[in-house]
Amino acid sequence: MNNEKNKILKERTIEKIIFIFSLFSIFSLFLIIMILFRESLPSIKEVGLIEMIKGREWYPTDLENPSFGFFPLIYSSIYITILSLIFSIPLGLSLAIYISEIASEKIKSILKIIVELISMIPSVVFGFVGVSILVPFIQKTFNLSTGYCVLTASIVLALMATPIIATLCEDSLRMVPLNLREASTALGANKYQTITKIILPAASSGLFTAIILGAGRIIGETMVVLMLSGGSAMIPESVFDPARPITSAIASEMGEAVKGSLHYSALFAMGMILFIISIAISIIAEFLSKRYSLKLGKGR
Amino acid sequence: MIKEKIFLFFIKSIVLIITIIIFGIFGYLFYNGIKVINLDFIFSMPRNFMREGGIFPALIGTFLLITLSITVSLPFGITTAVYLSEYKPKGFLSDIIKISIKTLSSVPSVVFGLFGYGIFVNAFGFGVSLISGALTLSILSLPIIISSTLEALGMVPQSYREASMALGATRWETIYKVIIPAASPSILTAIILSIARVAGETAPILFTACVFYQEKLPSSLFSPVMALPYHIYALISEGTDPQIHIPIAYGTSVVLLTLVIFLSLYAMIYREKRRKYDKIRY
Repeated sequence: MNNEKNKILKERTIEKIIFIFSLFSIFSLFLIIMILFRESLPSIKEVGLIEMIKGREWYPTDLENPSFGFFPLIYSSIYITILSLIFSIPLGLSLAIYISEIASEKIKSILKIIVELISMIPSVVFGFVGVSILVPFIQKTFNLSTGYCVLTASIVLALMATPIIATLCEDSLRMVPLNLREASTALGANKYQTITKIILPAASSGLFTAIILGAGRIIGETMVVLMLSGGSAMIPESVFDPARPITSAIASEMGEAVKGSLHYSALFAMGMILFIISIAISIIAEFLSKRYSLKLGKGR
Repeated sequence: MIKEKIFLFFIKSIVLIITIIIFGIFGYLFYNGIKVINLDFIFSMPRNFMREGGIFPALIGTFLLITLSITVSLPFGITTAVYLSEYKPKGFLSDIIKISIKTLSSVPSVVFGLFGYGIFVNAFGFGVSLISGALTLSILSLPIIISSTLEALGMVPQSYREASMALGATRWETIYKVIIPAASPSILTAIILSIARVAGETAPILFTACVFYQEKLPSSLFSPVMALPYHIYALISEGTDPQIHIPIAYGTSVVLLTLVIFLSLYAMIYREKRRKYDKIRY
């Protein structure tokens, strides 16, 4: 009887311990939000969040009249993200269509391994490849004063995002039920017609989700833009201008910002904005993918 | 039909071009990197402000960062997955845990770096050190470990749990003696994959753990370290002499890339085998 009681007690204790350990992820998220908020508070109080987002000048280290305008940085982030999406969507989508609809089983499994391997490659290696191959190439081809520009960063980011977008797109193409394909083929449609008229429209909102998630990855990517975008905190006027996206500004300035200064605090505020953008993107994607799976059922 | 032919040709050529670009790039990288790599490059200390000698401290630094961060995140990761999979798959609190994991996994790595800098380096006063970097990385790897462990636990068939319970085992005994052993190969794969991911992360350790040049190995948890990914970045951004530093960066990239690709390939091949085996067994 006593033994039985001990056993129950042991079970309960273990469950409690596991429960407490599993609260750790909530706790870390809470800590992240708290730290971002606490450290960015001085700059929000001093300058004002809206003022910072609207501000067009980023001269945080100016001794007499420092200004903390995030606009050029946010603009650069969005500009680079959109440009690299323009490159990576056709590539990723073609890769996904090939893997999901065209390739034989063997090629399919090899390609899937290659795609996953590429997505494991550290971003700093991509950045280095960009510096050593693409920067001189772009500079020569377009006859620029420097090869470090929006275009270079976007191309390398696109290369990095392609496997991610391809994997996500392939997942949503695979969700299209087999009977849609069969029905289309039975009606005499060829592969081209089946893919463009049946599969892509049916998978469209899934593909859209994939692209949004890809955008989330690109906007948060740090090393590639830090190494390739040139770093000037101006609003880039063309793809050949250097730029300084949010992530690059945080990474390059945090080391030199004096702890407790307004600059330090403003960088945390920027981190908070980036945090909010990424979460908003993932919520939108989640919402879309829920609707998508409702529309298509469980898939094949 | 001509349209179909053009379409298929278009798709195939894009796939071919991507493959050629990727292999071209990494062929070029390996071609340049292999030239500087020898035993001395891997196993000796840097000398004369990174002009001579090797990258041994960076290799050790990366190894220490990975080991420490996984040691911290593993117990939390596995227990969270066990809780969500075995104790309370549904419910208000479990939903909140799931949402936090999802949110954590969408946080950009540089924000983790900021967080680590704000809390471990400054608030806790650990300074730029091995422990600050490892703790930052451990929070970054937490969602990866949890979601892959959850997947591994989900693959264990329900009949195992029922059989164990029917034999009179308690819930914990079932988890400890039946479910974890059955899922452990998949959990191990997941851990290797997350190690491969953490090994290449640069932004989180940029201002929490790393220094460019160190002639000695880190002596304690509180000393700064060199790390492979940061080393590549630093050689380019702080290297004063491109003639000397760029070849070293090629060499370091090849070492890092080999490490990451070897780990992921091993885990992926093992995972595929395991999946086939599971399909037959269950």
